[in-house]
Amino acid sequence: MMFKTAEQQAPQQRHSKPITDRKHMRNYVLMMILLGVLSVGFTIGIMGYNNPAEFGSDGWWVIADMRRDSLLTIGVVALCHAMATIAFQTAVNNRIITPGIMGFGSLYTAIQTMFVYVFGMAGVTMLVGVPQFFLQMAMMMLLATALYTWLLSGKFSNVHIMLLVGVVIGGTLGSLSNFMQRMLTPSEFDVLTARLFGNISNARAEYLPYAIPIALLVTGFLWVRAHKLNVIALGKSTALNLGVNYKRELILILALVSVLISMATALVGPMMFLGFLTAILAYQFADTYSHRLLFPMGFLFGYAILSGSYFILRHVWDAGGAVTVIVELIGGTVFLIFILRKGRL
Amino acid sequence: MITLTDVQKDYSDSVQIGPVTTEIESGGITALVGPNGAGKSTILTMIGRLLDIDQGQITVAGHDVVNTPSKAIAKILSVLRQENHFVTRLTVRQLVGFGRFPHSGGRLTLGDEKYISEAIDFLNLTELENRYLDQLSGGQRQRAYVAMVLAQQTDYVLLDEPLNNLDMQHAVQMMKQLRRAADELGRTIVIVLHDINFAAHYSDKILAMKHGQVVKHGTPEEIMRNEVLSEIFNTEVNVIDGPNGPLAVYY
Repeated sequence: MMFKTAEQQAPQQRHSKPITDRKHMRNYVLMMILLGVLSVGFTIGIMGYNNPAEFGSDGWWVIADMRRDSLLTIGVVALCHAMATIAFQTAVNNRIITPGIMGFGSLYTAIQTMFVYVFGMAGVTMLVGVPQFFLQMAMMMLLATALYTWLLSGKFSNVHIMLLVGVVIGGTLGSLSNFMQRMLTPSEFDVLTARLFGNISNARAEYLPYAIPIALLVTGFLWVRAHKLNVIALGKSTALNLGVNYKRELILILALVSVLISMATALVGPMMFLGFLTAILAYQFADTYSHRLLFPMGFLFGYAILSGSYFILRHVWDAGGAVTVIVELIGGTVFLIFILRKGRL
Repeated sequence: MITLTDVQKDYSDSVQIGPVTTEIESGGITALVGPNGAGKSTILTMIGRLLDIDQGQITVAGHDVVNTPSKAIAKILSVLRQENHFVTRLTVRQLVGFGRFPHSGGRLTLGDEKYISEAIDFLNLTELENRYLDQLSGGQRQRAYVAMVLAQQTDYVLLDEPLNNLDMQHAVQMMKQLRRAADELGRTIVIVLHDINFAAHYSDKILAMKHGQVVKHGTPEEIMRNEVLSEIFNTEVNVIDGPNGPLAVYY
């Protein structure tokens, strides 16, 4: 017992924790504080900035409630994309591809285009509503889960073949949508285009009571499995050696990822770049293998970037519309600057 | 003891490994040797349950490797493949810490840290333990991987060509450390080797394979003979008396 305490008091205790030393710890905490401050700042900004009604009046509260729903949507989307992308990249052992490669976005585009193509302008409104939201989500999940289980448990049993098939299906659906879009009238096309860019305003308040619990439940499940994710990130043979049931874990993670991405896509439309960006920024700034540390940072990056873009677009520039444009601009620039300065991925 | 009974792997109709029936006894180092494509790595990875077995049965210390839960196997057997590339950025110590995963489930205790330190010290990595893997040379990295499987504290350690890409100095160091692991820590080490002279000098038993079959299984003295080696490797081999035991000369 005496020996143990003496060892604990040693100046440089040897340990294998995900945070290597004091400097690493300081960097991580500082980054989390910075992101936290940014997130809170943008949240307050979106809630309070430029509210035309008088403060405290009924009108002010109506507007504030609407803005609160937008913020909740941003939170759900950031949570889904950040955690799903990190988990997906861990599962497929590749930090360049994103779950979008499985054709979620293309399927969403195809569904939306098909409805406008068949039903005209009314098609867009036909896809609004809670049952429709779940229907779209279910179709995307069905596609993804069918791909995973078929290609991972069959005789192929190969992640790369699965991804390739996903890309081909995505491409096929994309050209199909393109073809149908050619046949639309300009006004129909205009209405459709607004739906195809990821847009916070696409989400409706009535989706949120379903979306928030599902997102929390699924991400909570990923959080519980974080230790296994750390091992899966070492690749198939190392994970098997360490006693992880690799195939089962892989299919489970990919199924959870497909729930998250399907839901986020059904909620606001495709956002290809957001997940990639949050994940890569989290890897760079957290600089650790531990998913328990990567997940929160990824989420905060996602929230700060999305709410910041939304705030600038909607309230400062007074231009509604595609947040993705700003996400890609700001995020892409940050990413490039960082890579150039650090010199490695 | 590792027991293989009619173990077979079918790669295609014409290419198959096995059926192999043999026993690898506990303790010491057993080297798997043979020409390219003989099935050494296939057999090793099947014992380590990294590759599915098409027919037959493998048991390690009485546990069937297919039916026993992977987690239980991970406490009696560890296996390291040739190619290891991680997308995650890890320090040497963090990597070795993963070796404790079957015991700790990811929550490292003080006891785990003690085993990790021991494994690192054993492979002379103490100075390097806080370095990141991408800052190490190939030889150092290879030692870090071996430290990870040693930290796993398994009775059986399977290594697939751990001397690949190592220069003379590091190859000899690695073999000496494995020898010590077998002698001092009592591990049973099964290792795929390309250099027959390394196998002869450092191992207790040699298992020679050819065309997917075990053709010879015995002590280095029994294997290190002109006609035996020439037959196994399809090349004229002359065994001469070297300063530290028999030497195979094949060029």
